[in-house]
Amino acid sequence: MRHALKITAATGAGLLLLAGCGSKPTSNASSSSSGKAFKACMVLDTGGVDDRSFNESSYAGFQAANKANPNIKISYVASNSQNDYVPNLNAEVNKGCDTIVAVGGLMADAVKSTATAHPDQKFAQVDNASQGDNIYGLQYNTAQGGFLGGYLAAAMSKTGKVGTWGGLNIPPVTIYMDGFWEGVQYYNKTKDKHVQVLGWTEKNQKAGTFSQSFTDQNKGKTISQAQIQQGADIIFPVAGGAGLGAGAAAQASGGKVSVIWVDTDGCESASQYCNYFLTSVTKGITKSVQEYTEKAASGTFPTGNYIGTLENGGTGLAPFHTFDSKVPADLKSELDQIKADIISGKITITSPSQPK
Amino acid sequence: MSQTSTAPPAEPAAPTPEPGRSGRRRLGDSPVVVTALAFVAAIVVGGVLIAVSDEQTRNAATYFFSYPWDTFRYGFSAIWEAYKALFEGAIFNPGRASSGTIAGIFGPISETLVSATPLILGGLSVGLAFRAGLFNIGGQGQIIAGAICAGYVGFAWHLPPVIHLIVAAVAGILGGAVWGGIAGFLKAKTGAHEVISTIMLNYVAYYLLAFLLSVESFQRPPYGQAISNSILGSARLPHLLGGSLRLHLGLVIALLAAYGVHWLLTRSTLGFEFRAVGANQNAARTAGMSVGATYTRVMLIAGGLAGLAGVTQILGTNPAITQDIDAGIGFDAITVALLGRANAGGTVLAGILFGALRAGGVQMQSSTGTPIDVVDVIQAVIVLFIAAPALVRGIFRLKGSGAGTGQALAKGWNG
Repeated sequence: MRHALKITAATGAGLLLLAGCGSKPTSNASSSSSGKAFKACMVLDTGGVDDRSFNESSYAGFQAANKANPNIKISYVASNSQNDYVPNLNAEVNKGCDTIVAVGGLMADAVKSTATAHPDQKFAQVDNASQGDNIYGLQYNTAQGGFLGGYLAAAMSKTGKVGTWGGLNIPPVTIYMDGFWEGVQYYNKTKDKHVQVLGWTEKNQKAGTFSQSFTDQNKGKTISQAQIQQGADIIFPVAGGAGLGAGAAAQASGGKVSVIWVDTDGCESASQYCNYFLTSVTKGITKSVQEYTEKAASGTFPTGNYIGTLENGGTGLAPFHTFDSKVPADLKSELDQIKADIISGKITITSPSQPK
Repeated sequence: MSQTSTAPPAEPAAPTPEPGRSGRRRLGDSPVVVTALAFVAAIVVGGVLIAVSDEQTRNAATYFFSYPWDTFRYGFSAIWEAYKALFEGAIFNPGRASSGTIAGIFGPISETLVSATPLILGGLSVGLAFRAGLFNIGGQGQIIAGAICAGYVGFAWHLPPVIHLIVAAVAGILGGAVWGGIAGFLKAKTGAHEVISTIMLNYVAYYLLAFLLSVESFQRPPYGQAISNSILGSARLPHLLGGSLRLHLGLVIALLAAYGVHWLLTRSTLGFEFRAVGANQNAARTAGMSVGATYTRVMLIAGGLAGLAGVTQILGTNPAITQDIDAGIGFDAITVALLGRANAGGTVLAGILFGALRAGGVQMQSSTGTPIDVVDVIQAVIVLFIAAPALVRGIFRLKGSGAGTGQALAKGWNG
């Protein structure tokens, strides 16, 4: 026992020696740029800053704003549970933040009460509509991006069956699935085909396949494999990290099945499965948070709501990456045409979950 | 601190300190000293973590051997700043108090007590079951069941102000009591181990809530996040110190419940049965007590207390049901009960301590960027040391006899 301790201590000391061998940096000339500092603070929802979902995307927007304008000083506080929402928001108000970005619609009540109590404090809220003059709402009509994903999946499917499943039956999730379903129906109508969607139909918002978790990858894999067994060869999981289970299922299928990733470009956020990602339906949280922060730092706080659409890049399709050569050029131009038609209003999307 | 009836029989010597014996031996046996030293040890462990999580300190450590002073300077200043913020967030913040407002002066204490309220109630629930020899891991499920019932009455029914609050609170207590009572009944009738059944009932409650939050009559229109309607004003627990502070009547309820549990355990026949069954169920049976009925009764009451924690959550702190309404309290309550040594007064103090760590952790994270997880580590280390008093005695070179009360509790669920 003593002996083991000695070895551990020696190893530790050795590591410290290695780690501590550098020399003291001489100058400390960083962050001495001119101009007044702008304190941008973020209150994250549960899940942590590295959740591969909205927390991470939102903070990436802060980081991008800080990179573009070093006068923007960024910081975040994480919530361990919903009990932390109000205390966190209050702590950030007391800290003297110039703007506070709250992440996640579940925080809406807490943001509203804090913003009412502090009418001079500027807030922005991701995934919820504005609820006051000093709150800027950031929302995303991801049904539009999902529509393109559904059309693409229907066109690329060899079996004539595509699958989708969600994390929870809540509108921020099902809006993607609605768009996906509508895209497939549009393909069937224009091409006179009968591609089936497993796991969801917009007509019955109560039914559908859900993992009840945004983190459980095993469950995601089980659900994906069940859909593959029913004949689906393209899966669209709308469940954050749990969706990685679909990547694992695609990997196990040996390339017969591909996945459309959600929220972020999958080849960047989950690059281990990049070979199986046909594309990703993106939600432009990072970009919109960055734009808001830069605008606020320049002194003009926007009011009302931002709604991310295909037009302003708030949702859309990510690059095809490894599938680029496999997607026919005709299909790519059809997708461009559909995108233009959705923007112009020629194609109307009927999902009941769209932000107004 | 009382000696619990679950102390191991292998130790006939009375734990009360005998005059004339070595002072160090006495110290090592005193639960207060062990608790205080566990806290000190936890603060030290937390301090190391704070220093390691500080970026400036980490950067300084890369040139430790050319200029070691920087590492220590930055490390200690990070620890000092973090613990100062912890104190300011939990007890008193001179910077904010100078504004002279009620919110500035009493804000931190109010936050501490708000966080402490459900922890005290949850701790009482677990502690009471401990005393009857049962390990109630089902706090989460009982809190959720209580919050669902209280919350539904709170947002769906329309009743006059005071009556609405009372009806909602009673519904919550009943919800929790039923959830706990199921486990007690199963133990009494079929011998199903309460650890297994309460954990499984946690899952049932959790997914029942997930289902309810996807049902239209439960969800809030129109943009339905997984959140229920807001509790109506008539069913909310009133604020104690005005609207600018979040402290609500739940604290008074928790303190009354603590007194009630104290009275139950020390003054009532029912409480005597609980303790007798907890000490030795065979002896209790021989003495003519119905062990099965006692199990059911204690789990009904324990469940009701946890349900009450759910009531203070939903009618006080977070007036809308979400998937996260339990907020980890069901499991934190186990550590609170351990720290409080399963008696009512100790549980109140332990709940306030953990509440202070929670409230201070928010401030610590906001003003110094220290991850709030450090607070979880501190809590865990405190309980770890209390469950293993020999460890504390070893570190601080105190003498003492074998197992302490905490240890007896920690292994209490299996004899």
